[in-house]
Amino acid sequence: MHQGDITIDKISKIEGTAALKVTIEGRRVKDLKFIIQDYRRFYTEAVKGKPFIAAPSFLSRICGTCSVAHLFAALEAIEKSQGIENTEQTKVLRRLAYDALMIRDHALHLYFFVLPDLLGIDSILDISDDHNDPAHILLHDSFDIKRIGTDLSNEVIGAAIHAPYPTVGGFLKLPNQTNFTSLISRLEEIRPKVLRGINLFAEWDEVLVRNSDYLALRNDERFEFIEGEVVNSNGKRVPEEQFHDFLKSVVIPYSHAEGYVFSDTHEDYLVGSLARLNLNSDKLHPRTKGSMAGFIKIFPSNNIYHNNVAQAIEILHCVDEAIDIMQSIVIREEKPIRKPPQAGRGVGVIEAPRGILYHMAEIDGTGMITDYDVIVPTAQNQINIENDLKKFFNENLHKKQEDLKFEAEKIIRTYDPCMSCATNFLTIEWIEE
Amino acid sequence: MFESNKDSQDKKKKLVIGWFSFTCCEDSTILFTELLNDHYDEWTKVMEFRHIHALKTDNKLEDLDVAFIEGAVSSPTQEKEVIEIRQNSKYVVAIGSCACNGLPSASRNEFADEDLNEKIQWYFDNFDYSKKVRKLDDVIKVDDNVDGCPMNVDTFFSVVKKYLDLFEIT
Repeated sequence: MHQGDITIDKISKIEGTAALKVTIEGRRVKDLKFIIQDYRRFYTEAVKGKPFIAAPSFLSRICGTCSVAHLFAALEAIEKSQGIENTEQTKVLRRLAYDALMIRDHALHLYFFVLPDLLGIDSILDISDDHNDPAHILLHDSFDIKRIGTDLSNEVIGAAIHAPYPTVGGFLKLPNQTNFTSLISRLEEIRPKVLRGINLFAEWDEVLVRNSDYLALRNDERFEFIEGEVVNSNGKRVPEEQFHDFLKSVVIPYSHAEGYVFSDTHEDYLVGSLARLNLNSDKLHPRTKGSMAGFIKIFPSNNIYHNNVAQAIEILHCVDEAIDIMQSIVIREEKPIRKPPQAGRGVGVIEAPRGILYHMAEIDGTGMITDYDVIVPTAQNQINIENDLKKFFNENLHKKQEDLKFEAEKIIRTYDPCMSCATNFLTIEWIEE
Repeated sequence: MFESNKDSQDKKKKLVIGWFSFTCCEDSTILFTELLNDHYDEWTKVMEFRHIHALKTDNKLEDLDVAFIEGAVSSPTQEKEVIEIRQNSKYVVAIGSCACNGLPSASRNEFADEDLNEKIQWYFDNFDYSKKVRKLDDVIKVDDNVDGCPMNVDTFFSVVKKYLDLFEIT
């Protein structure tokens, strides 16, 4: 019956439960299924017929951890559909808010989910109370890093989760610039802790190499998460408006989320921090480059474990950029840009913490949404994850089953598929024929 | 290089908790991890995190004092799971708007009956979606609610204090 594209409702934020099923036959992987089990909420259907002004806040509920990414992608899509060009101040403040998101979100993944793998323990809850224990120090580093990310979000957009201030055409409330001084000081204070984290993840000697293609937003002026063109490893550039056509959705009948490959070659690809560093490391903040020159040379890399290093470096970049922005900006009172509703279509493509995020809005002349579409990063990475895991299993079948399970979980967590995909799983069904 | 386990286990009684997520955006789980920035040292002294997928792999669903459940119930499988949690917990607290009210995860209740298009129907045919998304107390008994999207932090603190007091844990 249903062949090819089933492209409705790519709203899955995908944290939740995932499973892995592996079938071995003749000492080879016969079949491997990475199954995303989160139940869909069909928000892209629910938003139809609603006024566009209410949509971004509603759609930020797609995901709790990268709520700000969905909010900003929705705002961009709707603003483009309405022909709204934001002020420079709005653009800069959104970049600042995005720095806060990346600091908080990456730190959560690296320290709460990956650090236990690196330490060989189950959980941060197993870390010693000893203040001199390096693991204890790292855990408390993470609290300080996450806290400044949250506090910066609170100041600029009103909250780190489902932020209330950003709206179509600008901000409902602007930050109090007098609070920037203390935020700058705190960012300077956590910088050595961020550097310690980069060293830690860069020195982790785990390796899983497969030749993947990478996809990321690129801005020729700076390392950007919001504005730019999509580029791949071969340098091919795709305008945001054509991004959807660049991909082919693939029905994965056992998974609640569809996968994606390139529409021309049908090859899999990877999005996220590793892709961004592979394609854009030359654009990192100069201070970040100065501090991390040795580690930045790691990129481009095909080692999926370097996604962790890339995230750690992005935290530093965001710390440095946030300091720059707050030191230079002079916030002026301005109201959101508003125009009478017009019929139109807009696309917002931005870099969520886990990779490229696509929102498309179609709006009628009364300002009501007639169609909406979302493509999330983890859905794009799904096929790549499966192919990486197949390679891993085929090369390591001599190992004990328990070790293989643990290693497979580590690989999936390294992708940072989303909050609970990295943790709420992993039910591995082992089938040997 | 690193110590892998806490050497000294506190023998005094702790509040044994579980934290669970169902259909939602998990914003309250994220918020909970944010609260750990300031309360980790305090809470780990008085709480045992016996079941919390967000933080650990080795989870046990047994003899929980309090289960905190985030999210709405959108399938027969999830219904069985929350019933099992209820059976293994002295108290259950609904966390966040989707658990307390169903929404926004229950948005599909408004259109799924008569307006199912072919693509949505495909998911209903291939997975065990229930006809309606339900709030938690439509499925099991709930003792307390921490409403909000994400959960209200002050209410959460009050509920935590209530159960620490109830179990005489200091």
